[in-house]
Amino acid sequence: MRNLLVRIGLVVLVTLAPAAVRADDYTITIKDHRFTPEELKVPANNRVLITVINDDATPEEFESKAMKVEKVIPGKSKSVVRIGPLKPGHYSFVGEFHEATAKGVVIAE
Amino acid sequence: MLGALIIVFREVLEAGLIVGIVMAATRGVFGRGRWINIGIGAGALGAGLVAAFAGVISQAFEGSGQELFNASVLGLAVVMLMWHNAWMARHGREIAAEMQSIGTAVSEGAKPLTALAIVVGLAVLREGSEVVLFLYGIMASGTSAPSLLLGGVLGIAAGAAFTALTYLGLLAIPNRYIFSVTSWLIALLAAGMAAQSAQFLNNGGMLVVLDRTVWDTSWLLSEGGLFGRMLHTLIGYTERPTELQLIVYIGTLFAMFLLMRLARYSPRERVGV
Repeated sequence: MRNLLVRIGLVVLVTLAPAAVRADDYTITIKDHRFTPEELKVPANNRVLITVINDDATPEEFESKAMKVEKVIPGKSKSVVRIGPLKPGHYSFVGEFHEATAKGVVIAE
Repeated sequence: MLGALIIVFREVLEAGLIVGIVMAATRGVFGRGRWINIGIGAGALGAGLVAAFAGVISQAFEGSGQELFNASVLGLAVVMLMWHNAWMARHGREIAAEMQSIGTAVSEGAKPLTALAIVVGLAVLREGSEVVLFLYGIMASGTSAPSLLLGGVLGIAAGAAFTALTYLGLLAIPNRYIFSVTSWLIALLAAGMAAQSAQFLNNGGMLVVLDRTVWDTSWLLSEGGLFGRMLHTLIGYTERPTELQLIVYIGTLFAMFLLMRLARYSPRERVGV
């Protein structure tokens, strides 16, 4: 039991450290309440960092139930969104504050 | 206008469900109206502050400030809900008995009121800050602002009405059962919040373990729909839970019931006082 706890502790420590700085970056830009690109291909079964740049003056919320992400991106700023590991498939996302136009999909393959 | 109404309603609804449950859980406790109002007021004030400093929070902790903030808010709410349930496990029966015999307010219970007022405040803070940001965006972008703003105001009203409905629905439960029902509701609420908190830590890159998806029930019930969202708030429904979320969910439920059991079998009660 104690051994197991120590091992879990180690796993947590080891995974904590490098997770913050992984470089396989992708970028999505918000402009006029639309995403560019609207379709983003990422490798399946991997953790992926997406830099979301909001070029609009108003805040937007990058939201995807499928990818379990909700993050407010203030106007004229950028934030990093971490997703995955995703099984192969289509994962839709929206800008919650402008759902009519701000739509996109991540394709894991 | 309808779009704005729906967005605001969704956020207010999530906070409203929690407020409704808290109000039912404190039914008959003296002074609870004041505490709940303090919670809502402080939460609304906090929501404005969070929205105003959204940029600062976002950039903090190497860009993971928002995730850390959300995880902490949820984590604190979970602790408060546990405290409340443990306290209720110890004193609930006395209060229920007193309510039945006198049929009026009970003066005891100042302790869990602070805990639940904090829960209400945190719920309003979290959902409210999104409403503030959204409405700010509307006002800043000009053009169709008045009609959108009207939608937002109507959304708040509709959300408040829904809160009242939740509360009235729970009021229909007989006095005898109310505390066990609300204890269950609060336990599930807390488990869902804890799992959500863990997911925020994962999103922030602070807890990157056990992140494989266990199942996918999005074909059955979408988390984005109204019913899915309500279940998400109430019992933590997640269409694609990760291993971590499941473990935290079950662990929180387990901890909650253990705590309630411990509280119930207090030495005080064994003596029969």
